[in-house]
Amino acid sequence: MASNLRHVTAPLVQNNPVTLQILGICSALAVTTSLSTALVMSMALTVVLCLASATISLIRNHIPNVIRLIVQIIIIASLVIVIDELLQAYAFEISRQLSIFVGLIVTNCLVMGRAEAFAMRNPVWPSVLDGLGNGLGYSLVLIIVGSIRELLGAGTLLGYTILTPASQGGWFVPLGLMQLAPSAFFIIGLLVWAIRSHWVGQVETPKFSLKLQRSRG
Amino acid sequence: MTDLLITAIFHENLALTFFLGVCTFLAVSERLETAFGLGLAIIVVQTITVPVNNLIFSGFLVEGAWAWLGLPDVDLTFLKLIAFIGVIAAMVQILEMTLDRFAPVLYRALGIFLPLITVNCAVLGGSLFMAERQYDFAQSVVFGFGSGAGWALAIVAFAAIRERLKYSDMPAGLQGLGSAFLVTGLMSLGFSAFAGVGS
Repeated sequence: MASNLRHVTAPLVQNNPVTLQILGICSALAVTTSLSTALVMSMALTVVLCLASATISLIRNHIPNVIRLIVQIIIIASLVIVIDELLQAYAFEISRQLSIFVGLIVTNCLVMGRAEAFAMRNPVWPSVLDGLGNGLGYSLVLIIVGSIRELLGAGTLLGYTILTPASQGGWFVPLGLMQLAPSAFFIIGLLVWAIRSHWVGQVETPKFSLKLQRSRG
Repeated sequence: MTDLLITAIFHENLALTFFLGVCTFLAVSERLETAFGLGLAIIVVQTITVPVNNLIFSGFLVEGAWAWLGLPDVDLTFLKLIAFIGVIAAMVQILEMTLDRFAPVLYRALGIFLPLITVNCAVLGGSLFMAERQYDFAQSVVFGFGSGAGWALAIVAFAAIRERLKYSDMPAGLQGLGSAFLVTGLMSLGFSAFAGVGS
């Protein structure tokens, strides 16, 4: 059981899908302008990831190796369509804000990557746990980035005012940049820096090392 | 039409504004040459798949498309994801075989990238945007080419910056991925300065 639990805890921070494995970045950046879209997207992805891992792992011995990618894509696409329809039925506003990004879960490298790397070779239960862990790791990054962007960009969290903006008599001047695309790149870049400063083992070795000339005088 | 083209290339750049295909963008930009090859492949695939998907979408999937069969209420738009992905995979496969047969040099240059493109979200994203914004056929040709060209421009410029970046002396934690994100952010800021040009 302890080894199974590791499948859930390892991808949370230390082996995080977004900051270490470079998987699923596309959607992680696009939906984080506010915390609520980030939360909905995280839930959608985690559900799809768990179900896809379970399904693929269940039939892994019956999938011919040559067409495994097509089979995986079909399974994932069907799950995503179900989630998309559910969101449109029960959370129409949010699904409009998420625009095409729910549909893009199909080509999210995180889902495909875990299916290919883990679910194709492991029994059902560990695959579900692996999917859950990676989904939660992804959600963690999304929630952090989403909170920062919404808090600094509009002074609110989940729509509730936390920092009263200057236009309403408060002291806080919203940073317009946080609502724009570049800030997502900056925040994730800094997040990667912070994680790698703590877990030094993740640092990439430089391809060229500079020899500093210290003996000049 | 011109403003659609210019907006698709610069201001609404798929990679830098909508974050589509960023995984590939970060992974295949270590060298300028490979980045150029991938960019070219994306332009070709995008220019073909977006119009083809447009025909399929307006001909079969959209509500009322089956009215000539006496089925005016059939709405198959929910199938667009599977249809688009199928078209993209088939197109990439056909393109691969055609290139192999008629342009072996180009095939060897692009060969390894073509399968990658099937799961590149920039290509699927382009088709989904086409459906969401209800472009007609001519617009989707322009949008397909423009968005592909914008993506290619972004990755070529990014690869050129990264080749220089290899020699720089930066904090250990920023080495590689961290610096790549920050540079992409700065590029995205630069590209957003084109807002208003052409519209």
